[in-house]
Amino acid sequence: MPAVSKGDGMRGLAVFISDIRNCKSKEAEIKRINKELANIRSKFKGDKALDGYSKKKYVCKLLFIFLLGHDIDFGHMEAVNLLSSNKYTEKQIGYLFISVLVNSNSELIRLINNAIKNDLASRNPTFMCLALHCIANVGSREMGEAFAADIPRILVAGDSMDSVKQSAALCLLRLYKASPDLVPMGEWTARVVHLLNDQHMGVVTAAVSLITCLCKKNPDDFKTCISLAVSRLSRIVSSASTDLQDYTYYFVPAPWLSVKLLRLLQCYPPPEDAAVKGRLVECLETVLNKAQEPPKSKKVQHSNAKNAILFETISLIIHYDSEPNLLVRACNQLGQFLQHRETNLRYLALESMCTLASSEFSHEAVKTHIDTVINALKTERDVSVRQRAADLLYAMCDRSNAKQIVSEMLRYLETADYAIREEIVLKVAILAEKYAVDYSWYVDTILNLIRIAGDYVSEEVWYRVLQIVTNRDDVQGYAAKTVFEALQAPACHENMVKVGGYILGEFGNLIAGDPRSSPPVQFSLLHSKFHLCSVATRALLLSTYIKFINLFPETKATIQGVLRAGSQLRNADVELQQRAVEYLTLSSVASTDVLATVLEEMPPFPERESSILAKLKRKKGPGAGSALDDGRRDPSSNDVNGGVEPTPSTVSTPSPSADLLGLRAAPPPAAPPATSGAGNLLVDVFSDGPAAQPSLGPTPEEAFLSELEPPAPESPMALLADPAPAADPGPEDIGPPIPEADELLNKFVCKNNGVLFENQLLQIGVKSEFRQNLGRMYLFYGNKTSVQFQNFSPTVVHPGDLQTQLAVQTKRVAAQVDGGAQVQQVLNIECLRDFLTPPLLSVRFRYGGAPQSLTLKLPVTINKFFQPTEMAAQDFFQRWKQLSLPQQEAQKIFKANHPMDAEVTKAKLLGFGSALLDNVDPNPENFVGAGIIQTKALQVGCLLRLEPNAQAQMYRLTLRTSKEPVSRHLCELLAQQF
Amino acid sequence: MQFMLLFSRQGKLRLQKWYVPLSDKEKKKITRELVQTVLARKPKMCSFLEWRDLKIVYKRYASLYFCCAIEDQDNELITLEIIHRYVELLDKYFGSVCELDIIFNFEKAYFILDEFLLGGEVQETSKKNVLKAIEQADLLQEVFFLCCLTKAIGCLGEVWEGS
Repeated sequence: MPAVSKGDGMRGLAVFISDIRNCKSKEAEIKRINKELANIRSKFKGDKALDGYSKKKYVCKLLFIFLLGHDIDFGHMEAVNLLSSNKYTEKQIGYLFISVLVNSNSELIRLINNAIKNDLASRNPTFMCLALHCIANVGSREMGEAFAADIPRILVAGDSMDSVKQSAALCLLRLYKASPDLVPMGEWTARVVHLLNDQHMGVVTAAVSLITCLCKKNPDDFKTCISLAVSRLSRIVSSASTDLQDYTYYFVPAPWLSVKLLRLLQCYPPPEDAAVKGRLVECLETVLNKAQEPPKSKKVQHSNAKNAILFETISLIIHYDSEPNLLVRACNQLGQFLQHRETNLRYLALESMCTLASSEFSHEAVKTHIDTVINALKTERDVSVRQRAADLLYAMCDRSNAKQIVSEMLRYLETADYAIREEIVLKVAILAEKYAVDYSWYVDTILNLIRIAGDYVSEEVWYRVLQIVTNRDDVQGYAAKTVFEALQAPACHENMVKVGGYILGEFGNLIAGDPRSSPPVQFSLLHSKFHLCSVATRALLLSTYIKFINLFPETKATIQGVLRAGSQLRNADVELQQRAVEYLTLSSVASTDVLATVLEEMPPFPERESSILAKLKRKKGPGAGSALDDGRRDPSSNDVNGGVEPTPSTVSTPSPSADLLGLRAAPPPAAPPATSGAGNLLVDVFSDGPAAQPSLGPTPEEAFLSELEPPAPESPMALLADPAPAADPGPEDIGPPIPEADELLNKFVCKNNGVLFENQLLQIGVKSEFRQNLGRMYLFYGNKTSVQFQNFSPTVVHPGDLQTQLAVQTKRVAAQVDGGAQVQQVLNIECLRDFLTPPLLSVRFRYGGAPQSLTLKLPVTINKFFQPTEMAAQDFFQRWKQLSLPQQEAQKIFKANHPMDAEVTKAKLLGFGSALLDNVDPNPENFVGAGIIQTKALQVGCLLRLEPNAQAQMYRLTLRTSKEPVSRHLCELLAQQF
Repeated sequence: MQFMLLFSRQGKLRLQKWYVPLSDKEKKKITRELVQTVLARKPKMCSFLEWRDLKIVYKRYASLYFCCAIEDQDNELITLEIIHRYVELLDKYFGSVCELDIIFNFEKAYFILDEFLLGGEVQETSKKNVLKAIEQADLLQEVFFLCCLTKAIGCLGEVWEGS
C-alpha cells in the first residue's frame, strides 16, 4: 500500500495546513489566510512562469482555503491549465478544483469542456474516468449540452473498460437528473438494460441506478429489465455467503446491489409473467427466512447489511400490496424489531409499519402491536423515535382504538418536544373528529388540546370545532356547558377564550337556566378575560356581547355600559372602536325583531374536507398520503362523519386541486360560501383581518352588517379593490406574449394546477382556486440553474379594458432567486364583470448579467368563475328555450383532437366548471351542463350541450348564455379542449 | 444521496460533497444547521433523523462525524454501510486512518470518494477494485514522472496497460 508521503506530497501545502491549525484565534487564521492569498496572487501574476508542481500546490492551497469556508475569486484559470498537464496528479488536482469551485464563466467553461473532450477521446481509462467524474460532479446544463450525447456511446461501447462503463453510467444518471431533455433516448437504452447481465458486479451496481432513474420516466421502454432484475436478484439471494468474493460484505452477498435491484422493481407493478413472479416471490420469501436465521457475525455491519435488504424487501411487498401472506409475515418481522435493542431498527420498524398500516391486508396485524407502540411513545429516549411512534399510532387508528390512541397522544403532548407539538395537535384533532361516535367526546378532546398545548392549536383547529358544534345541535348544550366550565380556570389560554366566546354567544342560552351559569354570570366570566386578550379576541368578544343582548335582554344595560365606556368607544384600535360604536348603535336603535333577525344563530356550515387535514398534508407534503389515509379501509365511517372524511382520491393526491374538484362536484352550498370557512387555500384570505372573525360571518343579513362595517384594512376585499399600482406597469413596457402563450393557456382552461411554463432557466408552476367571483393563485418560480437570478420581477398587466373587468392584486417577490431555489407569488383575483382576454404575466430578470424577459398569458379565463348549477331536465329545457335568441347561442362543429373517451370528456367538462346534468339529454352519449358565471357586477347563466359523434370523430358544441360575447368566448375556449 | 459531510466534534467541516446543485450560501446554511443538529444528539440515539424533506443518516467514528442526506425512498441502513465502507477504504489507504490524515490529505479523501460514489450513487462496492483504481493512479504518476524525465511520453499507453 502506498505510504502517504509519496512523491506527490506537497510540502508547502502541509506547512500551510499546520500553520492554520496552529492559529489560536479566528482572527489569526484569517490573517494567515490573507497572507497566503496575497502570496499566491503575486505568484500567479508574477513574470516568472510557474512550473506544474507549483501551480498544483497553489491551486491545492486555494482549494483548502475555500473548503475552510472562505471565498475564492481567482485561480480558476490556473486550475484549467492543470487539466491539460501531462502529469496525472496535476490533472487530478485541476479536475478536483473545477469540481468543487465550478464557475459559470463562459470562457472557462469552453476551455474546461475542451480538456474533458480530449481526455474522453484519449482511450486511456484512467483519464476517461477522471473526465467522467468531473462531469458527474459538476453536472451542469452546460456540461450536459456538451457531453450528454457522447456518454451513452462510451457506456455501451464493446471496448470500454469496466471502470469506464461504471463511471459513464452514473455520469449519465447525473446529467439525466439535471436535464433529462438533453439525454437522447435511442438504441443504446436496450443495451443498457442488458448491463444487468454483465459479469462485472460493479458494472451492474452502477447500471441499476441509471436504469431505475430512466424507467421512472419511461416505464414501458424499460419493461424488459423486470425479468433481468429478478433473475439477477435471485442469483444473489441464493448464493452462499462467500460466492461473490469481494462483493460479499460481512457475509452478506452484494447488499448494495440487492437493495438497488429491489428498488428498481418498485418502479413496476408485480411481474405479469407467472414464472418471473414465482421466482421473485421465492426471493422475497428467502429474504424473510434468512431474517430468522442466526447471524453469521456479531458485527453490526453484518446485521445492518442484512436488514437493509430485509427492509427493502418489505418495501417491495408493501408496494405490491397484493400478497396477504407476505404482508403479514412482513408485519410480524417488523413486530420483532419493535422491541430490538438497536434503536435504529426500532426506528425503521416503526416507520415501515406506518405504510403497512394502510394496507387492508395488514392493517389488523399492525393493530396487534398497539401496546408496544404506546410504550415506545412513553419510553423511547430519542425524540425522532417517539415521533415515528406517534406517526404509527396515527396510521393504525380506527374506530376500534381511537379513544385509546387519542388519550395516549394527549398524554404525550404534555411532554412532547416543542418541534412536533403542532403536528401532534393536528393529528389528535383529526382523529378525534374522524372517529367521534359521540360529539361530546370530540368537544372534550379539542378543549383538552387547547388546555394542554394552546399555543400550538392553530386557527384551523378551533375554527373546526366551532363548525362542528354549529352544525350538530345534539352537542351544542354540552359544548356550552363544557366551555363555561373550562373558562372558570384562573389562567386559561386565549384560544379557549375565543372558542368559549363564540360558543356562549351562539348557545349560551342553552345553559342559562342553571343559576350557576345565568346570563350575567356568563357575561362577567367572559368579560373578566377581556382585558388580557389580543385585539382579535377582544373583537370576537364584542360580537359575543352584542349576541348576548339578543339572547339575554336582561344583560343589555350592562353590555351597553361596557360598549359605551371610553376604553371601547375611543379605542386606539380602529376595529375595536368601530365594533363598539356600531354595536352600541345597533342595540339602541334596532327593534327587538330586527335585532333577533340580525343576530340570529349562525346557519350550518357546508360540510366538506376538514381544513385541518389539508393543513397536515401541507405540513407533511406529498407522500404523507398513506399515513393519512384510512378512509379507504374503513368505509363505514362515512355514514357518521360524512363530510369530514376524505375520499380516497383526495388522499392519494394531497394537492389542493383534488379538494377543489370535490367541491365543484358538490351541489352549491346553502350559505354564501365566502366565509364558510374551512379548508383549502382560500381560508387564510378570510382569517387575515379581524373582520374575518367567524361570529361576523355570513349570517343571512350579510348586506345589513356589511353596510355597518366597512372592511378592515387587512381584509382581502380592500386589497382586491385597490390593486397595487406599482406592480402594474403599462402594457407598453412589456413585450408581446411568447408564441406558445395561447397553447399554454389552453392547457389550463379545464384545470387549475400545473406547470405553466418551462425552459432551460425557469419553471413557472401554478396553483389556483376560485370561488364565486374571487380567486387566489399561487405562482411558483423555480430557478433551474445553479446561478442566482437578479432583479427578478414578475408583474401582471391588464391589456385594454381588462382593468375594469378583472382586479388582480399581486404581492411582490424577492428580487433575487438563488440557484435551484423557488419563490412563490400570491395573486388575489376578483372578477368585476365578464371579460374575454386573460391578463398578461411579464417576468423579467437578469441571468448571468444578461436581461431576460418573458410574457405569458395568465391562466385566468372567464370559466374559472363558473358556479355549477344542478337542475332537473324540465328546468333545463325551459331555460334553454328562454335563451333562444340567435345572438345568445354559439355553436361550433369541430374534429376531435384527442381520443374520444367519455370519462375524459366528463372530467374536462367538470374541470371547465359547469355542472354535468344526467338524464337530461335523450341521447345518453351527449353531455349537458349548466352553471352561472359569477362576477361582481352581474351573473351570467350558461347552458351547454356537447354532442360527440364517434363515427365521424367530430363534436358539436352549443352554448347558450344571456350575454352574446360570453357564449362565443366560452364556446371557443371549450372547443379547443377536445 | 444528496450530499455527504464530514465534520469534527468541534464542528469543523473536514469534507463536503454535494450531489445536487446548491448555491454556496445555501450549502453553508445547511452545513451550519446540520452540524448543530447532529452534534446536539446523544450517543445512544438513533442514527437517522428527518430533516426538511430529507433523511439524515450519520455515524461517528472517533472524533469525526460522517453525515449523509438521502431522499425519502432511499434505504437508511445501506447508507450507514456506505459510510462504513468509505471509512474502511480510507483506513486501508492511509493505514489506520485518523482525522489528521483527512485534514492533510484532503484531496486524497476526495479522490477515494469519487471512486466509490459518483453522482450520489454507489459506483463500486469492492474494496479491492476501488483501491486498485487509486493505486493505479498513484503508480501512473510515478510512471509519468519517469517518462517525463526520458521525454518518452509516447509509450505511456502501453506502459500503463502492461502494468
